[in-house]
Amino acid sequence: MPSDDTDNDRRRFLTAATLVVGAVGTVAVAVPFLSSWSPSARARTAGAPVQADISKLEPGQLVIVKWRGKPVWVVRRDEAALETLPEVTDELRDPDSASSNQPEYATNEYRSRKPEYLIMEGICTHLGCSPTYQPEITADFKGGFFCPCHGSKFDFAGRVYKGVPAPLNLPVPPHYYISDGVILIGEDGVA
Amino acid sequence: MSENNNSKGLLGWIDARFPLTKMYEEHLGKYYAPKNFNFWYFFGSLALLVLVLQIVTGIFLTMHYKPDGDMAFKSVEHIMRDVDWGWLIRYLHSTGASAFFIVVYLHMFRALIYGSYQKPRELIWLFGMFIFLALMAEAFMGYLLPWGQMSYWGAQVIISLFGAVPIVGDDLTLWIRGDFVVSDATLNRFFALHVVAVPIVLLMLVVMHIIALHEVGSNNPDGIDIKKTKDANGVPLDGIAFHPYYSVKDLVGVVVFLILFSVVVFFMPEMGGYFLEHANFVPANQFKTPEHIAPVWYFTPFYAILRAVPDKLMGVIAMFSAIVVLFLLPWIDRGKVRSIRYRSTTFKWLLAMLIVSFLGLGYLGALPSTGIRTLFAQIFSVGYFGFFVGLWFISKNEVTKPVPERVR
Repeated sequence: MPSDDTDNDRRRFLTAATLVVGAVGTVAVAVPFLSSWSPSARARTAGAPVQADISKLEPGQLVIVKWRGKPVWVVRRDEAALETLPEVTDELRDPDSASSNQPEYATNEYRSRKPEYLIMEGICTHLGCSPTYQPEITADFKGGFFCPCHGSKFDFAGRVYKGVPAPLNLPVPPHYYISDGVILIGEDGVA
Repeated sequence: MSENNNSKGLLGWIDARFPLTKMYEEHLGKYYAPKNFNFWYFFGSLALLVLVLQIVTGIFLTMHYKPDGDMAFKSVEHIMRDVDWGWLIRYLHSTGASAFFIVVYLHMFRALIYGSYQKPRELIWLFGMFIFLALMAEAFMGYLLPWGQMSYWGAQVIISLFGAVPIVGDDLTLWIRGDFVVSDATLNRFFALHVVAVPIVLLMLVVMHIIALHEVGSNNPDGIDIKKTKDANGVPLDGIAFHPYYSVKDLVGVVVFLILFSVVVFFMPEMGGYFLEHANFVPANQFKTPEHIAPVWYFTPFYAILRAVPDKLMGVIAMFSAIVVLFLLPWIDRGKVRSIRYRSTTFKWLLAMLIVSFLGLGYLGALPSTGIRTLFAQIFSVGYFGFFVGLWFISKNEVTKPVPERVR
């Protein structure tokens, strides 16, 4: 029981000091637990660059390469597909890829190092579905990619159309040409 | 020594050491509930029944299930085909998930029409909303475990919602998944959360929900405070003991519920693709999104709101707001009259608008989006939020009918 000679200041100081030490301890203990949710060393290693042979690709063909567990598309665009790129500029949200994710060498109309080959992550910037490839050029839709989940549309360079939920163009992963027919996905290589 | 010294023998021995009789009387034998409970009051006890069902079936499922990216899908098929009665235990669990939401939605609707969230029951409502939130987390994480196509892509979409958070969004989704895409790491942690962490939280919240209810007493279809009129012993004149009166009445509800539940479990466990989606019978494939992704039916109203907004961040905000606004209901409704029986016609129209909007959104959320459907989803979204805005405006000076002193 507190008596009249209780030193309240001393008591308040000790209570506050205990609380602060306890709080610091709680935060410190939380760190290992929260960090354990980060990608493990094994998951990070699986994120290493992958090599892909693209020499056998037919014009218009799309192949999927697995990088970091994600589908990465390699598309060999034909002349007709490349011709649509300047035609649709007005209908795009970010035609110059100013706010989208791609390496510097892919920040162009084709969003690639070589106009013919598009290397792009096949994951919608809206909610992570994998869009489908629509190589047919019709009056309604000049070809590209369509996300079945929420109806986002992208042109042949993965640039997003206006009025759809996806906010950004599809991301281009770092990549470079080891030789004419072989690419390495996951590294920028030498410029 | 305990105050309960009228109990003798073994019970007396226990009562001196643990408040068994006291707890029994407080929560069952001498918990006086209004005598005019109707059909809508079945769903609280039914929710408890389904919770027990889910825990028991869930425990038995974990004895055969393997939370591993390579084995999960196969282990579910193993439960369905090789484990004796495994199909029954799994269908009870999967049907139980949908039944849980049917019961909880009806339970919440009851609170809405009889004003059971109003003063002094705000905390009951808040605990209940946290239960609803925990239940949604539980259902979402449980749905990943069979590791089918819809499990996988549903999780991919929902986790990506957190990517809409400014600045830290991408790191946050990476942290939740524990990998660059939904993977074995994600499956494993969702399993841990689904079978251990969230159920513990859920049980704690249910206990708090009931303790808060028994502290202030149950509301009733007339929205009358029965504690105002008590007899000489302090027992409300319009109250009857929960046990045996309501425990027996609830048994009738349990029997009817179990008949309907069994019909689904034994004759239509997939419910035409609404309880178990067809795409989930295909193993998860991280390179191929199914043609049409829809969440399980109980999430479709909120999903439709997400899709109605043609902007990622705003869509996510709208969807979460649809749930946050429910939390605020006790303060949005500024009215003094609880029950719909004595509220204004405007209130009834607003409520009708909410019902139509919510069901409309639920229907649209299960379908692929097209131009006209998106338009309707937008109209219904306005209707949904319109209820709460409208309620705030009309409830201040609502013209209501006189509320009787006693339960009829």
